[in-house]
Amino acid sequence: MRSLHLLSASGGGFVPPSSNDFIFPSFFGHSQYATKPIFLVFLSVLLISIFFVLASRKAAIVPSKLQFAGESLYGFVRNDLGRDIIGHEFMRFVPYLFTLFVFILTNNIFGIVPLLQFPTMSHVSFPYVLAIITFVVFHYIGIRKQGIRKYIKDIMFMPGVPKAAYILLTPIEIATYFITRPLTLALRLFANMFAGHLLLLVFILGGDHLLKGVIGLKLISPFAFAFGIGLTFFEFLVQCLQAYIFTLLTALYIAGALADEH
Amino acid sequence: MHSINLAAEKINPLLPHTAELIVGAIAFTLLYLVLRSKVVPMFEKAFTARTEAIQGGMERAEKAQLEAERALRQYTEQLSKARDEAHSLREDARAQGVAIVEELRTKAQEEAGRITAAAHASIEAERQAAIASLRTEVGTIAIELASKIVGESLDDQARASRVVDRFLDDLEVSK
Repeated sequence: MRSLHLLSASGGGFVPPSSNDFIFPSFFGHSQYATKPIFLVFLSVLLISIFFVLASRKAAIVPSKLQFAGESLYGFVRNDLGRDIIGHEFMRFVPYLFTLFVFILTNNIFGIVPLLQFPTMSHVSFPYVLAIITFVVFHYIGIRKQGIRKYIKDIMFMPGVPKAAYILLTPIEIATYFITRPLTLALRLFANMFAGHLLLLVFILGGDHLLKGVIGLKLISPFAFAFGIGLTFFEFLVQCLQAYIFTLLTALYIAGALADEH
Repeated sequence: MHSINLAAEKINPLLPHTAELIVGAIAFTLLYLVLRSKVVPMFEKAFTARTEAIQGGMERAEKAQLEAERALRQYTEQLSKARDEAHSLREDARAQGVAIVEELRTKAQEEAGRITAAAHASIEAERQAAIASLRTEVGTIAIELASKIVGESLDDQARASRVVDRFLDDLEVSK
């Protein structure tokens, strides 16, 4: 695909990677359901399911290496994100948090897996979906726990604050709970993946382009590639971190909705 | 391809894609269902089993230790009891031995006393008998002798014995 770009821009020098590089042609005709991101999402579901079903199938007291690997990841989400943040009711939310974490993590890591090399979450639709689910989940929990009247009232008029402060506080709180939280949740993930992928494209494609240039440029090209490789490791860090942050914030929002006072 | 790119020049990366929204929701739900039904319960089962195994092991060890301590206490108790018992038995035996010796000694003393008394009695009786026989014999002999000397018949019984008695009394007084 990139080569097509270059061909289309033949003679016109280097075309810097842009948001257009995030648009993929359909595998079959014009079907919007047969593109690379959609394939990757289903692939991730398949891989995660197979891995964890195999890892957890035996549920042995003395775990195999596979079970240990799966348990470590599960235990991390269960204990560090679920139990420590949500508290005694955490077990209800562990399946959701766990799914969220491994789903985002796997799709992010696709960005540096050879041949796949595309972080699915850099397509904003997927983070939107996840953020909407989290949004619905934590509001639903809050309403069920405290009743709709008290829940909304606590958000609009934060208890224990002087009345005059509501002029400022009420719009901020409403914006926080209904706009900022879901939006930042989705955009943080999306933007990190989008920017990371773009950065890698710049260095790898740039290095590639330099290789086609005159001898002096050819000599610079390895540096671009080296930087690209370095950034790949950095991207791995960001990918894990973003999966963690998304899940962590979801757990925090759930914990907040469960707490009596905001 | 080219045309897509040209058209895409205006595509805003922040705008969602319907197909991807749907697929994302379906894929995520699918994964959620699989993980919730197949994976989470199994991991929880493993965790619970492990916790129980560790806790059970610890409890078992604790119980065994308590049992051992109890047995040890019991043995020590029994041992000291046995020691006490042996001690008291020894004491009893000693006391009994002393009592037996004492009893035997008194018995022997009594026996000795009785034998001595019996001997005394028999000696006394024999002495009495000897005295009695002597008295009669000495009397007869003396009378016989006196009658021979005096020449006078002392056949009269009453007078004779009176004479003998007087004689004997004189003897005793002179003694």
